[in-house]
Amino acid sequence: MKFKYSIVFFIALFFGIAQAESPPKAIVKAPKHTSTSTADHSKFEILQQQFKSGPELTAACLTCHTKAAHQVKQSLHWKWEFEHPETGQMLGKRHVLNSFCGNVASNEPRCTSCHVGYDWKDMNKAPPPEDNKVDCVVCHDTTGTYSKWPTGAGHPLYEPKESNGVMQMPPDLSKVAQSVGLPERENCGSCHFFGGGADNVKHGDLSTALLAPDKHVDVHMAADGLNFACTTCHISTEHMIEGSRYAVNTHDDGNKKPGERRDVATCESCHTNKPHPDNSLKHVKLNNHTEKVACQTCHIPEFAKGGVATKTSWRWSEAGKLKDGKPYSEENYTQGNGKHLHTYLSTKGTFEYGENVVPYYSWFDGQVQYTLQSEKIDPTKVVDVNRIEGSAADPDSRIWPFKRMSGSQAYDKVKNTLVLSNVWGPTTDTAFWTNFDWAKAIQAGMDSVGADYSGEFGFVDTYMYWPITHMVAPKDEALDCASCHAKDGRLADIKGVYMPGQSNNGTLDKLGILAVLLTLLGVIGHGLMRLVFKKGGKQS
Amino acid sequence: MSTRRVIMFTKFERFWHWSQMTLIFILLFTGFAIRGTHSLMSFETSGMLHTFAALALIVLWIFAIFWHFTTGTWRHYVPTSNGLFRVARYYAFGIFKGEHHPYRKTYQRKHNPLQALSYLGLKIFLFPAIWVSGLLYLSYPMWSNLTAGKNWLEGVATIHVISAFAILIFIIAHIYLLTTGHSFKEHVKPMITGYDDVDLTEAEESYLQQDEPGHIKPEVTIK
Repeated sequence: MKFKYSIVFFIALFFGIAQAESPPKAIVKAPKHTSTSTADHSKFEILQQQFKSGPELTAACLTCHTKAAHQVKQSLHWKWEFEHPETGQMLGKRHVLNSFCGNVASNEPRCTSCHVGYDWKDMNKAPPPEDNKVDCVVCHDTTGTYSKWPTGAGHPLYEPKESNGVMQMPPDLSKVAQSVGLPERENCGSCHFFGGGADNVKHGDLSTALLAPDKHVDVHMAADGLNFACTTCHISTEHMIEGSRYAVNTHDDGNKKPGERRDVATCESCHTNKPHPDNSLKHVKLNNHTEKVACQTCHIPEFAKGGVATKTSWRWSEAGKLKDGKPYSEENYTQGNGKHLHTYLSTKGTFEYGENVVPYYSWFDGQVQYTLQSEKIDPTKVVDVNRIEGSAADPDSRIWPFKRMSGSQAYDKVKNTLVLSNVWGPTTDTAFWTNFDWAKAIQAGMDSVGADYSGEFGFVDTYMYWPITHMVAPKDEALDCASCHAKDGRLADIKGVYMPGQSNNGTLDKLGILAVLLTLLGVIGHGLMRLVFKKGGKQS
Repeated sequence: MSTRRVIMFTKFERFWHWSQMTLIFILLFTGFAIRGTHSLMSFETSGMLHTFAALALIVLWIFAIFWHFTTGTWRHYVPTSNGLFRVARYYAFGIFKGEHHPYRKTYQRKHNPLQALSYLGLKIFLFPAIWVSGLLYLSYPMWSNLTAGKNWLEGVATIHVISAFAILIFIIAHIYLLTTGHSFKEHVKPMITGYDDVDLTEAEESYLQQDEPGHIKPEVTIK
């Protein structure tokens, strides 16, 4: 019997090793949804031509979809600008700083490869106004062949081009145009999975692991389960897509009549605020939690699942080291799917990663305050690049899971503000990734938006918070009570709410136990005295 | 006046006592598990068990309160200073000298004055404290938004836990006192069989023999 088990063990070990050493898996194709459209785009004459460029293709789309460009141009995907209705802050990619690549301004052609348009090359101006500068197919391509070239300011390749020794072919725009459909997860994922520069770097809960996940990775998107597309929850009206990092709806009454519009992409929008069915005591108790605890807190026990790690630390302060005058890299992290990841790059600094990461928890009312470039920071402390608003006293706040990103990034030592830096620009003498000179890179970054800069810089440690809401686990993997209701439970740092089993500081218990022990001592003493006097208090 | 063996604890009273004991032990055990004072049972299991046991105990108390008032049993708990000091003095000194317990229980007063006073305290202070705080605890979702950010639940929990410790202390003293006077067995037996030896007046004796013959045992020579 023992022998049998050890064979099984060695076979398992062998396959484990074999798997770990196998080359990275190719990206899995997500299962397609059947189209219910009444139009077959391959039949349209105007699409049966060889398009020379993206804008030319868009012009053809707009001959029928006459309002589409106008609609897209109202959206956050286009504007990259969001005036926060509560805080008044001007946010959006066009304005905010983050602890990843930092800022868009001065790095436009690289960053705007994820703009839903073509040729946006200056963040000081709004995107190009022409209707055909909208990129329809980045969201509507169903062939999987259309992709925006990383440094093409939103354009795909139009000619074959060599990159890292591999010849990359341009997409067949005619075929792409004739196969358009509703956005699938590859479309959204082509930008949102790669925020921060590579797979799952930024969000932690958005990665290529969601292309064809199993139920453990994401119960909603599981290929063998519900098979949701992103747009199943992130519904859209007139090209405006629900869901935002800047002004999040933490809850929704979910109580919509048939056909009534749902403009909110929360869990509650479908599951209601009484999501646990039947009236068993346990479910009543769990439903009572929804006023204080976000669904995500229990139902996303960990993120960065499915073998794709997320970056948990990025220290720009380490960037710029050279070996023999040349940039170098280290790859000392291997993620679950076998892929090796950079732990050092001369261009970017040192990185740390995490998989199956336990979130950081905080009260959250949906509002995120950003530390914009103009705002003063206190460099003696870890600077919050964004701040999560909310408290126990606010009925709209929920305890929410976050990815907490650690960083170290440049700041103005005299003015005590964060700074912009110019990192990309192969032909410039200011771009950090080309010249490894912070002084020039920061000056160029600050100049690009006309910001005041003293010329003296240092590096400050930062935190940045990313709300976690994807990668919902199946219900049998949801956290159990004791994950939080225990000393040193997951919510030990949450203030303002009493949690049985966790909040107890022990003093009352110590006093109580002392009183019980004194009572015991008292009765034992009393009993002993009765024995000593040998009369036992017995009545005759 | 004669000493006779009569039913002092009726069926309901015995049922009340022992089911209350069982529920209180369950509540103490699960309550301290919820609190995190011990970790012999998971939070989830103890939370569920605690809630069910508490609801059961509340139902039992509702019946018990009804019983106290309809049967007049509440009179046994009316506090009296008559003999109180002598009983206290007995436990403090007399017991060591082999003195007799100064109290002789009667049909109308089955508890000694100190005993009656402590049971009364338990019934009108401790039990209400634990059940009011417990009901507030249980109904927290109904009032949490009214006190959002004020952390009243901690106050409720504190009262609940202090009451629990006080009840535990009561139990220790209660069990210990069973070893005094008669033997432990002699003290527990009446709460099982219902019968105890008490001094009856002639009127009581003839009333019981006439009207409640099932409540009084035939006369035998006791000891």
